[in-house]
Amino acid sequence: MSTPLLEISNLKTHFFTRAGVAKAVNGISLTINKGEVVGIVGESGSGKSVTGFSIMGLVDEPGRVVGGSIKFKGRELLTQSVEEWRNFRGNEVAMIFQDPMMTLNPVLRIDTQMIEAVRTHEKVSKAEARKRAVEALAMVGIPSPEERVKAYPHQFSGGMRQRVAIATGLLNRPDLIIADEPTTALDVTIQSQILSEMQTLCRKTGMSLMWVTHDLTVIAGLANRVAVMYAGKIIEEGAVEDVLDKPLHPYTEGLVGSVPSKNHRGEPLYQIPGMTPSLINLPEGCSFRMRCPKATEKCHCEPPVTETANGRRVCCFHPNL
Amino acid sequence: MSDTNKPYLRCEGLSRAFVKKLDLAGRIARSLGSNLREERVQAVDSVDLSVMPGEVLGLVGESGCGKSTLGRMLCGILPRSEGKIYYKGQDIDSLSAQEIKNYNINVQMIFQDPFASLNPRKRVRNIIGEAPLFHKLTTSSELDDYLAKVMLRCGLDPSYTHRYPHQFSGGQRQRIGIARAMAVQPECLVCDESVAALDVSIQAQILNLFMELRNELNLTCLFISHDLGVVEHISDRIAVMYLGRVVEVAPVEDIFNSPFHPYTKALLDEVPRLDRRGVDFTPLAGEIPSPLDPPSGCHFHPRCPHVMDICKKEAPVDMEIAPGRRACCHLATMR
Ligand SMILES: Nc1ncnc2c1ncn2[C@@H]1O[C@H](COP(=O)(O)OP(=O)(O)OP(=O)(O)O)[C@@H](O)[C@H]1O
Ligand SMILES: Nc1ncnc2c1ncn2[C@@H]1O[C@H](COP(=O)(O)OP(=O)(O)OP(=O)(O)O)[C@@H](O)[C@H]1O
Ligand code: SF4
Ligand SMILES: [Mg+2]
Ligand SMILES: [Mg+2]
Repeated sequence: MSTPLLEISNLKTHFFTRAGVAKAVNGISLTINKGEVVGIVGESGSGKSVTGFSIMGLVDEPGRVVGGSIKFKGRELLTQSVEEWRNFRGNEVAMIFQDPMMTLNPVLRIDTQMIEAVRTHEKVSKAEARKRAVEALAMVGIPSPEERVKAYPHQFSGGMRQRVAIATGLLNRPDLIIADEPTTALDVTIQSQILSEMQTLCRKTGMSLMWVTHDLTVIAGLANRVAVMYAGKIIEEGAVEDVLDKPLHPYTEGLVGSVPSKNHRGEPLYQIPGMTPSLINLPEGCSFRMRCPKATEKCHCEPPVTETANGRRVCCFHPNL
Repeated sequence: MSDTNKPYLRCEGLSRAFVKKLDLAGRIARSLGSNLREERVQAVDSVDLSVMPGEVLGLVGESGCGKSTLGRMLCGILPRSEGKIYYKGQDIDSLSAQEIKNYNINVQMIFQDPFASLNPRKRVRNIIGEAPLFHKLTTSSELDDYLAKVMLRCGLDPSYTHRYPHQFSGGQRQRIGIARAMAVQPECLVCDESVAALDVSIQAQILNLFMELRNELNLTCLFISHDLGVVEHISDRIAVMYLGRVVEVAPVEDIFNSPFHPYTKALLDEVPRLDRRGVDFTPLAGEIPSPLDPPSGCHFHPRCPHVMDICKKEAPVDMEIAPGRRACCHLATMR
């Protein structure tokens, strides 16, 4: 196979807080190939966003990437200069956030912002940049984009604003989009419009997509592959149908089992016992062991990663193999 | 407990309009010379709905369609613009002082946002204990025992009574909100998006708590959510709202097996499900129209695949389409 688009190996991003070191991302490895849609799921605080920020070179104080490697088209990112990072962002990779106003400026017209975004990365005329902005808006399904491009962000509904933010991310035709829960705050109907547009884009342009969410049902419909995170680690990874139909890791099994549609109407839902551990004070060995129905004495040691024949990975002493 | 054939809560022609204030972005734009004005929103538009004793009625619909506004009016915590509310068959405008007090105790609301709805400067002891003391359901000397019982029931450690809300996780805060409502021993809960902000694993814990409380205490519930998977799991009947109006009401099986209203059908098609893989997402055409300027006739007509001439001109009336099922669509009259 050719070089993967993105290749993360043993990445560690830690936050040095007053209370101690929070190991938000603690040795994850993941590859994304061209045209692939990869879902990242896991509960709140498991390190999904920090993984995205690490790829973008946007980890803020008191956080720092403390180990591992991130390669993009074979090139190491972690040794890039500030200038190289700036070129990389927006040009080769774009990130979209749950709140579109993290991307958009409320006091500037959409065209002003989008033209600026194009011209930061490429020396093109204003007219050319505007043409691209209009094309990008059309691509994400904004009706009469020539008109709407002159509006301010507040003149759009929440779903429309999110699409404008996505269009802004698409301006320089990145190879990879990192979408951090961009539809979580939206309605099913609008979510479905955005998913449809993203899906079409990937199919048409060969763009890759990393979709971060805690909603397994979205991943089920959208992604080719899924990585499940728990306490800063990827504890299971594989093709969507494999992972959701036959989870190998006890945590994934619990997660899939607690989705309402997996349970009989009106009956108690499956519940993962216990609580998410503090990242500052992780238990020794497997960090899921306090909540795990299968845990044994062994699990006090670091669990091994097992790879199966059909390309699945699981990090557990007692996987459902 | 009242007669099981009479609605516990019922509303008739219930309406509420708001004058919509500009958001921050709007105010900034206005200060920069744009000519934005404050506008009127018909958040709830002449709704007839009944909640039967002991049932869980799910209320679903897109954001901004008026679910919270309707729920808050039914709880008596938001004034109506128009319409009637009946509590155990009695018009709440004609209740005696004592009956109003009963209504206020018996119908409790659990709010959408556990962060915003808990006073950050109050300890859990006061958050949960204030109302039962006020309503004389317990005394100061017995409060600790009383609180311990309520908190245990809601899965909270009673030794936490001296903590503040920020010292709890999201799921625990949601439990505090539930415990606060349960502390006055209500007969009916209006739950507004009580699990929307939670992870699946915590969502499961809270939903289980609900179902337990409901079964044990035979509670009546109006459960508001835009998560159809959740609503399907816990509801007996479902009401679907679109732009301020209730467009369909039916038992849960009927809504999911044979939806009638084109909007209900569209909504169900969009729901992502665990067993729907590699979906070709084909969204419902058009945007949710602005409630500031709702479409004429049937509000859904610009997005409806079955739109007819009459739909653009006349608002359809609510009618019975089968025993126990109501819908508000011109297709119902055509049958
Ligand atoms: N600025 C920060 N300072 C200290 N710790 C941080 C900071 N940002 C993140 N963390 C730590 O990193 C962990 C992972 O955070 P992250 O935002 O990646 O979680 P997530 O999986 O995206 O969760 P969510 O679903 O809630 O968005 C958090 O639990 C937190 O402890
Ligand atoms: N206090 C208020 N002032 C002005 N407008 C309001 C107010 N409360 C609600 N609205 C408007 O009324 C409409 C209905 O709002 P409501 O909160 O009832 O919707 P909802 O169905 O609960 O939405 P969501 O799913 O987002 O919670 C919206 O257009 C909203 O902007
Ligand atoms: S390693 Fe042990 S504790 Fe961890 S998930 Fe597997 S069985 Fe459970
Ligand atoms: Mg996050
Ligand atoms: Mg609401």
